[in-house]
Amino acid sequence: MALIEISGLTYTYPGATQPSINNVSLIVQKGEFVLVTGPSGCGKTTLCRTFNGLIPQFYQGELKGEIRVANLDAAKEPTYELARHVGLVFQNPENQLFALSVEKDVAFGLENLGYSREEMRKRVDWALGLTGITDLRDRSPHEMSGGQQQRVAIAAVLAMQPEIIVLDEPTSFLDPLSAQKIFDVIHNLNKTLGITVILVEHRLDLTARYADHIVIMDQGKVRLDGDTRSVLSKEETRLIGVGIPKATLLYELLQKEGANLPETAPLSSEELAKMLQEALNQ
Amino acid sequence: MLTIEDVHYKYSSNIEALKGVSFTVNDGEFVAIMGQNGAGKTTLVKHFNGLLKPTSGRVIVDGVETTKTSVATLARTVGFVFQNPDHQLFSETVDEEIAFALKNFGYTPDIIEKRIEWAVNLLGIVQYRKTSPFMLSGGERKRVALASVLAWDPKMLVLDEPTIGQDHQQKENLRQFIMQLQSQGKTIVIVTHDVEFVAECNPRVVLMRDGKIVADGNGKEILTNPQVLEESSIVLPQIAQVFSALNSSDLPKDVIDIYEAKKLLLKKLEVISN
Amino acid sequence: MSRGLGGSVFDGLKFRKVSSPIHNLDPRMKFVYVIAIFVAAILFSAIIPLAILFVMQLPFVFLARVQRQWLRSLRGAAFLALFIFMINIASSFFTHGYTLFAADWENAGAMTMRFVVLVESFSVFFLTTSPDHLGLALEQSHVPYEFSFAFTTAVRFVPVLAEEAQTIMDAQKARGLELEKGNFMKRIRNYVPVLIPLIVSAIRRSLELAEAMESRAWGATKKRTNLYELKLHRGDYTLFGIIILILAVTIYAFFFIHVPTVRSFLGYA
Repeated sequence: MALIEISGLTYTYPGATQPSINNVSLIVQKGEFVLVTGPSGCGKTTLCRTFNGLIPQFYQGELKGEIRVANLDAAKEPTYELARHVGLVFQNPENQLFALSVEKDVAFGLENLGYSREEMRKRVDWALGLTGITDLRDRSPHEMSGGQQQRVAIAAVLAMQPEIIVLDEPTSFLDPLSAQKIFDVIHNLNKTLGITVILVEHRLDLTARYADHIVIMDQGKVRLDGDTRSVLSKEETRLIGVGIPKATLLYELLQKEGANLPETAPLSSEELAKMLQEALNQ
Repeated sequence: MLTIEDVHYKYSSNIEALKGVSFTVNDGEFVAIMGQNGAGKTTLVKHFNGLLKPTSGRVIVDGVETTKTSVATLARTVGFVFQNPDHQLFSETVDEEIAFALKNFGYTPDIIEKRIEWAVNLLGIVQYRKTSPFMLSGGERKRVALASVLAWDPKMLVLDEPTIGQDHQQKENLRQFIMQLQSQGKTIVIVTHDVEFVAECNPRVVLMRDGKIVADGNGKEILTNPQVLEESSIVLPQIAQVFSALNSSDLPKDVIDIYEAKKLLLKKLEVISN
Repeated sequence: MSRGLGGSVFDGLKFRKVSSPIHNLDPRMKFVYVIAIFVAAILFSAIIPLAILFVMQLPFVFLARVQRQWLRSLRGAAFLALFIFMINIASSFFTHGYTLFAADWENAGAMTMRFVVLVESFSVFFLTTSPDHLGLALEQSHVPYEFSFAFTTAVRFVPVLAEEAQTIMDAQKARGLELEKGNFMKRIRNYVPVLIPLIVSAIRRSLELAEAMESRAWGATKKRTNLYELKLHRGDYTLFGIIILILAVTIYAFFFIHVPTVRSFLGYA
């Protein structure tokens, strides 16, 4: 049983003339790290919000098709139920933190779910540790950098121990180094805890290396869906206008001119450098 | 056209954001100011149009010291495009939005009309003239903000983090647009931490750290210098990363262009191209 | 912001993070104390008991180590206090047929003192109670969670909104907007380009906040739990004792003691 099964999903915002996602089908297995990308307006943000029921419940509008998440019907199940299984981290770090201390923010979801104080303490400590912000426990959100705030948001979602964490362009407002820290945290959660990750991002140069499964969307539809390396090597991907990592592009250029490098496309500069070093040593 | 002389700036909270910065920007130059968050980049560029006045030192724009004149006057020469267009948009139509600054600067209605036409054509938003800016998408709002600044044709254009939240195609369009403006003689300053974007533009790069300038010169040289970049917590562009990892003595280390990289590598791999 | 002579009233209302026995007191007990002072101040209309109430609170101010901020709030309130004094004098002047008796001056003084006593006690309360402590007190006092949440969230975003307002002003100044120029009407209109982006941004922000709240199981159960818990300690019971004492003395004095007036000491009618 796949963790997420979407079939023929179409959604139109209230008052809109066109659907934002059109006949989308997707299967996500447990433990996967899925990268979702595509040009602005392709529907990836809309898709994120269907995973935990914000669409259709918060946004209203018209939702057609089927979506099952963690064996629940995400179109019918209330968001507070789905929140136990799917955590959603948003783009703007500032607008996800309500409380006056980090601890209280991380506990927010647990308080809403009615957990006991002892259980909350345990989970808060655990989540703070996993995101590397235990020493920020008593700080107020405004005294922290964007990267730190975003880690608090991840911890807050993590504390509810969902099977899936969805992140919608979490590093848009962050500089590359803070962004890298976030990706390291997410990668770690996926590898060591087995949490299924769905990451929506433009910065493929930093993220392609983590994903085994990539989904390319354009104008509300899924155009490509599969193994990261093969999808990013395709001409169609480049034509859609996705920011393919430079290392992968360079590899493609070299292969086209007959360089005869190994079959599997590199996703990072390290991989390409290794490949080239071996080829040069021959 | 712009001279910064040993500028120090202290915030009211007593944090010293600029600790003795000096440099010059000449007419028609294209400069990228880079550095970590908190290095002082935005604080520095806010001195260009007088939003901030130095605690000590001088800032001279086209021969006039910024302490001796108002922000409104300086703004005619230095056009500032802020990171978030929503901090500027407030009018009922795109036309009115673009007319705002022109009215502030005292242009006559017929000139205002001409300028609006020119600006909307330049930015490709003619069809939205009578639309409310709040109805437009994120990318379109950015273009409206840009149009509203270019409308008064400032000599210098300062863009604060223009690539945030932009997808690949939008960044490419922006890059081409900047190059176009530059070829028309505009002085352009961008504040950014997007290394790949800067690598593709290859402008003069000014690297900041802790309120000081740590490097100032040719983009290609600075962006492929691992020590300098590490000090300022900046990552090498991907192509440069590849070349930096290859320990081959006859391959140069200062490569940032993908096509140059291809040529060099093909030669090295001894591939005979058809 | 109203800037009184050398200090703003708001300075005396902003929480000051210091370690002191007053800071550690349960905010609910502190609030009961403020109410007790309020009741006492209302019951007495003569200047001497009100002055006693004023002086009585000074030890709390020093114990809480917030003297400087507290003084600033008084300075800020001075303008209003003067206004109250003048109003009282003026109304007595007119009701007594354009003359003033000694009683009138003393009365105006008493009213002013009452105002000062109230400002003083509220000031100490807010200076020594952090917003999250306050929010927690509201939650535990069975105020519906929506209200205490709205309160703490609002406080949390005050610095964010302030920064945003500054950024918006900068952005519009960079387009030639001159906020200082022009007559009164023009100046008000000049603020439109600042207010609209601020409001739009606030709306957008609350939408994003709502999304985040929903995504963290807002509304999952009616029986919401809390990470923290306010417990009454020895210091709180001591304060409670003081409150009872104040109320007892107040009620006794009100009914049984004839409060001398200042003018009787000075030999006036």
